[in-house]
Amino acid sequence: MAFVAFGSQAPAQEQKPTKTGRVALILLLPGLFYLALFFITPLISLIITSLKQASASGVIGRYDYGFELGNYAYAVSQYAPQIFRSFSFALLATIIALAISYPIAYFIGVKARDKPLLQGILLTLVVAPFFISFLLRTFAWKQIFSNDSFIVNLLKNIGVFGADSYIIGTNFAVVFGLVYNFIPFMTLPIYANLDRLDIRLLEAGSDLYASPAKTFQKVTLPLSLPGVISGTLLTFIPISGDYVVASRDFLGGPDTAMIGNVVEANFLRIQDYPTASALSVMLMATIVLLVSAYVKRSGTEDLL
Amino acid sequence: MAIDFVARGQDLELKGIRKEFPGFVAVDNLDLHIPAGEFFALLGPSGCGKTTTLRMIAGLESPTAGKILLGGKDVTDMKPHERPVNTVFQNYALFPHMSVLENVAFGIRRRKLDEPLTKAQQALAMVELEHLAQRKPQQLSGGQQQRVALARALVNRPSLLLLDEPLGALDLKLRRQMQIELKAIQMEVGLTFLHVTHDQEEAMDMADTVAVMNQGHIEQMGAPEALYDRPKTAFVAKFLGQSNIFIGKVTESNAETTSIDFNGKKITGLTKRSEKTSGKIAIGVRPEKTHFHETEPKADPALNILGPGEITDIRFTGVSNQYQIDIPGVGEITVFAQNVGRSPVVELGAKVFVSWKVEHSFGLADLPNGAEETD
Repeated sequence: MAFVAFGSQAPAQEQKPTKTGRVALILLLPGLFYLALFFITPLISLIITSLKQASASGVIGRYDYGFELGNYAYAVSQYAPQIFRSFSFALLATIIALAISYPIAYFIGVKARDKPLLQGILLTLVVAPFFISFLLRTFAWKQIFSNDSFIVNLLKNIGVFGADSYIIGTNFAVVFGLVYNFIPFMTLPIYANLDRLDIRLLEAGSDLYASPAKTFQKVTLPLSLPGVISGTLLTFIPISGDYVVASRDFLGGPDTAMIGNVVEANFLRIQDYPTASALSVMLMATIVLLVSAYVKRSGTEDLL
Repeated sequence: MAIDFVARGQDLELKGIRKEFPGFVAVDNLDLHIPAGEFFALLGPSGCGKTTTLRMIAGLESPTAGKILLGGKDVTDMKPHERPVNTVFQNYALFPHMSVLENVAFGIRRRKLDEPLTKAQQALAMVELEHLAQRKPQQLSGGQQQRVALARALVNRPSLLLLDEPLGALDLKLRRQMQIELKAIQMEVGLTFLHVTHDQEEAMDMADTVAVMNQGHIEQMGAPEALYDRPKTAFVAKFLGQSNIFIGKVTESNAETTSIDFNGKKITGLTKRSEKTSGKIAIGVRPEKTHFHETEPKADPALNILGPGEITDIRFTGVSNQYQIDIPGVGEITVFAQNVGRSPVVELGAKVFVSWKVEHSFGLADLPNGAEETD
């Protein structure tokens, strides 16, 4: 019947714990064990490491247990530009990815709905990049944008670029790479949402004097918000911690390092484990804060 | 937006409307005129093109050929949001992310009129739902959602209100109640209503004029009483109520009566109630106009008498009983007899005769499906 059409959005009935509740708990145990072992333990280890102090022995890469909050102050003072850059890049890349992904998702989910073949082909194209390694794809862009590449030469020949201009190592190259790599993560959740959009609601909008643009603004967009939020979260969070694209081995340069690159350098090259850990903890805390504020503002707490 | 709102009903005219979908023709050369302020029902089985017709009037589909005029103005090429027409959709199509009040205010806000919320409150009061204004649509029952959909359309005072089977999802009791309310609201606001339905009782109960639609064209149009009393085609006779239909060659036709030979029996109707008076024709009669007798009635030129036959089925429907009578050489005849305590006591298997007055016969313009039109 028609009035249960939106039944899925009705508040779920509260269930009292029963015998089946105990069974559910037992079934949950392996998962809880996994989380404890592979999430909680490393997290605690990370926090402990972030508070360690330099070893009395003076050996590089050796640290003693302690409560050195100064590690955090040091990390912030030393790497403030990279921290700021990480979140700026993440925000910018998320916005660009959203601007590109929404129309794609709308076309696949709404316009191509009665053409299953086209829909299938387009979805495959969106997912296709996953068939090739993330590293290889990013490396391919390094080739495409490299200093003697066709694109750079063309830009030089038509006069857009000066003789000593380049792309690799610029903010543009890094943001471009981030957007490119994360577009599927933005497109798929929005598509999944728009695919369920009831076309009859759009007809009702136009029947009630709303132009197509107004109908989009008042009906389509608000109804697709859960998809947009999932997409932006799936994009923003991993980009904030990404260390591949902005790395000098790929599309980055000396002035594009993000937190991920700094953490990597501190852990693997300088062996300054406490600073690297402090940065990781701060990155995680900041993301949790930003994301909860964002989700609360958009009124979709049930996503968390 | 230059929408021409008149705050009262306008007449609707369809001229030679045709709609083709890949592979089939949904509506074929449809002409229709609905006077302003009328409650008009488009009645037909599913797939007859009635919903397509309604969607073309709303602007949600564009006709392959033909013109749509509203108040004399050609709206054929207008976008749906530019037409002073509102629809109550079959599934209601309420916006799930808005409160009931915002749903109703939606059209007023788009037209940038003053006091959208006050007007929406008034419309909700009209359908007696003002106390639920802040709820979300999915928190309402089916009947309540239906009223919200009605208020959301009516608040705009459209020249023409389209109703697309809006009562289809309601249970019988609620449906009857909503029919009465809908009719009362239509009389009160004086708008032109176009109601699309497959429920013949609903159409006859509510509409001033009923058009019976079949396979993309209108079979017959008129007041419900006239349509029921004198269906002109076999489709109307069978779709609008029930009918007993007899096919035979005309044996005799004068100014008064026309008779056919039906498997050796003579069946007579009035000539003025016959669409055709020569060749092979079909004569029908409504089951409630027929009576049965335990003894053979005296032959009377004003009566058609068939029988004897055997009662093969009795169905109790409350106000009446439906009898199936199998007459050898004639076939099955349906008779309705009211339960007023005076009907003859008959049992399954009883031998009875069936009679009806000649003036209750109606002669059809065509033959029912399956009956070959040969001389």
